[in-house]
Amino acid sequence: MFAYVLKRVAMTIPVMGVVALFVFALLRLAPGDPAAVIAGDYATAEDVARIREQLGLSEPLFVQFFTWVWSLLQGDLGTSIFSGKPVIELIGQRIEPTMLLALTTIIFSILVAVPLGTIAAFRAGSLVDRFVMLFSVGGFSVPVFVLGYILIYVFSLNLRWLPVQGYRSPFTEGIGPFLSYITLPTLTLSVIFIALIARMTRASVIEVLEEDYIRTARAKGQSELKVLMRHALRNAAVPIVTVIGIGIALLIGGVVVTESVYNIPGLGRLVLDAVLARDYPIIQGLILFFSFIYILLNLLIDLTYTFLDPRIRY
Amino acid sequence: MTEPVLDVRGLTVKLPPAADRPFAVEGIDLHVNAGEIVCVVGESGSGKSVTAFTVMGLQDKRALTPVAGQIMMGGEDLLKVGDRRLRKLRGEKMSMIFQEPMTALNPVAKVGEQIGEMLEIHTDLSASARKSRVIAAMEDVGLPDPPSMYDAYPHQLSGGQRQRIMIAMALVLEPVLLIADEPTTALDVTTQAQILELIRDIQQRRGMGVLFITHDFGVVADIADRVIVMQHGRVVEQGPVDQVLGAPEHPYTRMLMDAVPSMTPPARDPAAGDRALTVRKLDKVYGHAGLLGQGRQVHAVKTVDFDLQRGETLGIVGESGSGKSTVARCVMRLIDPTSGEVLIDGDDIARAREGAMRHHRRDIQIVFQDPYRSLNPRRTVGQSIVEGPTNFGLDPGEALTRAQDLMRVVGLPPEALDRFPHQFSGGQRQRICIARALAMEPRVLIADEAVSALDVSVQAQVLDLLDDVRDRFDLAMLFITHDLRVAAQVCDRIMVMRQGEVVEHGPTASVYADPQHDYTKALLDAAPGHRMLQA
Repeated sequence: MFAYVLKRVAMTIPVMGVVALFVFALLRLAPGDPAAVIAGDYATAEDVARIREQLGLSEPLFVQFFTWVWSLLQGDLGTSIFSGKPVIELIGQRIEPTMLLALTTIIFSILVAVPLGTIAAFRAGSLVDRFVMLFSVGGFSVPVFVLGYILIYVFSLNLRWLPVQGYRSPFTEGIGPFLSYITLPTLTLSVIFIALIARMTRASVIEVLEEDYIRTARAKGQSELKVLMRHALRNAAVPIVTVIGIGIALLIGGVVVTESVYNIPGLGRLVLDAVLARDYPIIQGLILFFSFIYILLNLLIDLTYTFLDPRIRY
Repeated sequence: MTEPVLDVRGLTVKLPPAADRPFAVEGIDLHVNAGEIVCVVGESGSGKSVTAFTVMGLQDKRALTPVAGQIMMGGEDLLKVGDRRLRKLRGEKMSMIFQEPMTALNPVAKVGEQIGEMLEIHTDLSASARKSRVIAAMEDVGLPDPPSMYDAYPHQLSGGQRQRIMIAMALVLEPVLLIADEPTTALDVTTQAQILELIRDIQQRRGMGVLFITHDFGVVADIADRVIVMQHGRVVEQGPVDQVLGAPEHPYTRMLMDAVPSMTPPARDPAAGDRALTVRKLDKVYGHAGLLGQGRQVHAVKTVDFDLQRGETLGIVGESGSGKSTVARCVMRLIDPTSGEVLIDGDDIARAREGAMRHHRRDIQIVFQDPYRSLNPRRTVGQSIVEGPTNFGLDPGEALTRAQDLMRVVGLPPEALDRFPHQFSGGQRQRICIARALAMEPRVLIADEAVSALDVSVQAQVLDLLDDVRDRFDLAMLFITHDLRVAAQVCDRIMVMRQGEVVEHGPTASVYADPQHDYTKALLDAAPGHRMLQA
């Protein structure tokens, strides 16, 4: 098992390399002088020259690439053109709200969606099932920004239960304020994932309930609840875990919008600001960072498979 | 007289309104005494499995409703007791083993724990006491090294071992009744013989009653004390095994017994057609040495040689893992052989590129085992039959005419081309698969276990059909099977394979009358009902 984990980790290295090459090429292969592109429409010749110097764009391409990779390996993602701060520091400042929002969303989604999907599967065709499916279709259809403003309108403006916007850190400002500020963004983001995961859980459990070993479990005199918990869910888990993995990846996209709606100073806002300002080092750094998260996530999912199903070996 | 362990009286189970008949079973009377094995025999749709599942309370409750009768066990009517009581009786008083031991076990749980679950549900034993009971139960069914096998997962065991796990699980609480639903149908003949012996042995030691569901009269002859014959949801005949098999009274019983292929090959004219297929030194190794040197390799086919004339049927006989299906797939080039030659029409297709291979594709066609899964459920059978020839440039109108002709050849009405696979029975579907293969006008027809999933009476008809089309279209036929009785009926020559090697190869009559290799002898001996049905 340990050798397998090691092998899987080793396999991610070339993937990271390809991503790095792609990110590097992104700027260099764009038409025109990258320095001029970065500097924007109203830049002076000195600005362009300064940026070219700063990015080392006058060197040969492969020298640029290796210099860049070398600094990456040392944890240096470059420097923001506008603020002049190291990109890694900017990411570090913004990482907490995004990661915590992603975490609360995914935990909440799983806690709601898996039982919901399982009940729907167990009572397929019933009223409960139809309700879950209806919710599921609805959840897919409502855009995040619409839902976000509706929730703000109802819970913050009308009922005055929760704050409208903003973020409080659980580490510096306590868990209570954190929860009151994170609840609405979490709900907003969760709806689509609950819809997605519940649907997948339902389909997967329905399929598994038809299997012969479910009949065997019943033939042993096992109760229906335990049949579901012990035999059905674990066998249904692989597709569910896959969807949860895809969900987390999509979440990062969803976070951008949600953070804007709720004015949360996270990575999503950083992406938005960097793109609007054409701050290429930040964009590159963020792409690399998100790619790293995706790869890590895939690795985790693959490792989860082997834990869930002893037949899976790569 | 002691009370029977199971007494079913007048059981009637209703089918949903859309079904082809109102009742799955109607007015069934049967009983099982302690220390007795009762075989219920019948074809698919006879209601034998519905009866068994209803006793356990495991029938599909959305479709099947018991509407009359009683199922008495230990003074209780199982149709009247609540779910809770029924769950308690399952496992403690009655348990069940199933046809397919791979799918009947939870693939993600350790086998020892799956047996232990039985004790967890029904007893208060501690974890360590449970484990030692499980290991004792595994020992009892003849599993090797139970302490280490306890932690194995189902996919790590052989089919026979999995069925032994199922039996250990079913019997760990020493129930008075064991219901066995076709428990050896999915197993190899030699394994089947061992499992039958095991069930017989435990049943006699413990004096329990066994309700044994099967479609195979050979198995009945080997194991039954009494026989119950079912047809269309009714019992048509029952009695002691010697009486029913020795002097069957009901015409359906006689028909079923006549349909069982004999082990004695009929006289056949030697084939004298042109050479259609030559296979030389065929080798197939699955898997490859991995990047880090830990790859697993399986030498599935080792230096196999044979040739095949038009108008001739060569049987490749062997158990699972013998390499017989791999040979078929290599000949079809569904997989690439590792080395060797496959000559068709003088061309070696073993290594032909896809472009060159393509015009040989039509020369070799195959009929698979499971007619339910080898036809696309969303296309009409006509579309499925026409697809091949039109891929090779035949005009769609002509292809349709050809399909209509072939439907007549296989004994189905040409109008049926517009229907979908699910509207046909298993036997009809296999006829459609044969028509689909013939539409390509092949030289070589491969039948890969093509009749193994069919009822005996249907099996006989499809075998006749295969024989008929072979002669009519002058085909060379490669007949892959694990069933020695079936092979005896249709093959001119027999090739016996074991672990990738051909151990015996000769004319059918002489292989059966005078087997040379020990393995061939063992196979012939293991065929169920060998002694009783030999005549």
